[in-house]
Amino acid sequence: MYPAPFHYHRAESLEGAISLLAELGDSARALAGGQTLLVWMKLRFDEPQHLVDVSRIPGLSEIRQQAGDEVCIGALATHAEIARSAIAEALPNVLDCGSGIADAQIRSRGTIGGALGSADPSCDWPTLLHTFDAVLTCTGPEGTRTIPVSELVEDIYTTILKPAELITEIRFKIPPENSGGAYCGFKRCAPAYPTASAGVQLTLEDDICSAIRIALGSAGLTTITSQEAEAVLQGNPLTEANIDKATEAIVAAADPVPDQRGSEDFKRAVLRTLVKRAIDIAGRRCHGEIIKGHHEYV
Amino acid sequence: MSEDIDKVSIQITINGQHYKRDVEPRLLLVQFIREELGLTGTHIGCDVTYCGACTLLVDGKPVKSCTMLAVQADGCEIHTVEGLEQDGELHPLQKAFSENHGLQCGYCTPGMLMSSMALLAENPDPSPDEIRKGISGNLCRCTGYNNIIKSIQAAAKEMAG
Repeated sequence: MYPAPFHYHRAESLEGAISLLAELGDSARALAGGQTLLVWMKLRFDEPQHLVDVSRIPGLSEIRQQAGDEVCIGALATHAEIARSAIAEALPNVLDCGSGIADAQIRSRGTIGGALGSADPSCDWPTLLHTFDAVLTCTGPEGTRTIPVSELVEDIYTTILKPAELITEIRFKIPPENSGGAYCGFKRCAPAYPTASAGVQLTLEDDICSAIRIALGSAGLTTITSQEAEAVLQGNPLTEANIDKATEAIVAAADPVPDQRGSEDFKRAVLRTLVKRAIDIAGRRCHGEIIKGHHEYV
Repeated sequence: MSEDIDKVSIQITINGQHYKRDVEPRLLLVQFIREELGLTGTHIGCDVTYCGACTLLVDGKPVKSCTMLAVQADGCEIHTVEGLEQDGELHPLQKAFSENHGLQCGYCTPGMLMSSMALLAENPDPSPDEIRKGISGNLCRCTGYNNIIKSIQAAAKEMAG
């Protein structure tokens, strides 16, 4: 299958990419790893007249930790690069998420910025990044601004990014001591998008939950969060009753779309299991336990 | 519209040989390799980044070449299944697939071999579970995978000497 014809432009700098995208307007798309965009173009879901290849812009794939315990991930960092980074070694949920995305081949090419920009609720990184309260640095014709990850997507496949605005960096704080995170996804097979996924990040102080974030992927038209679910656990111990109550609250907030991956009921059942599993793993990791948690597929 | 599209000049090294061509931007890497260069060992299966039959190595990393444009590979070093055999001698992975019945129809085999190359480069002594994960982006509809896993284990042993 061929995509519809398009003109190809290779951007050498961020400024160059932005001015070209601004000039070409809605007939252009930014191409990073292409693992979503090219498939869409081959299926003729999208027929841009211009592709601006941003993948070779220098300096946008760096993964580093900087002062104040802040993690910075360049938007062009691939899933594989992030999964192999020192950040993934320090934060097991980053490893779980990155190494579970699709398969080795797709992880070689797909980028974290592309996954965010596609605004696909099935993508794994946005779900995980919600649990870190990550912020995105975005640069466009009007300059640079930061957008909380929770505000990026206004509807399925639709971000609040302005024309010619690009995500350049993802930043979040390394959680304090006594914290643990988990990211659990369920897939029909490796290259598939998850049927459902759940991310949890929590901090325990004397077995009381002093900070909690829960987010669900593939559970609605956008990433699903629930203040009600988090409030059940915030300031309370991780008892079975509390976990059940929080799980029910966030599963009630989910709005899974029945499709070829399963019915609404099936997806809610999967979500329930994944949320409980993620809370369990995150809680045990708070105590320093080393647990492998990752995407599962049948 | 197709006539108005400017071709793009690209240079790619494939299995050590240098190629320079002018290509239409929408030409996929797999089509470039198969149709422009005649290297038909790399197969097209699903054409939607699922089956892995078109897997090859771009700068050492496994990639599904149905989901990469030829222009994106400009300046890259590519390895395809044709490059595995050296001086008439099969690569240990090829030998192991042959000896352990790691293939039946053979359609997925080039992709399996290239994914295995990437896996063993990163992890020279993988467990069966790590092999399953490593080749999880490659579908085989004949073997049931067990003999493929055996083949990769045998090759790993052979390559470790």
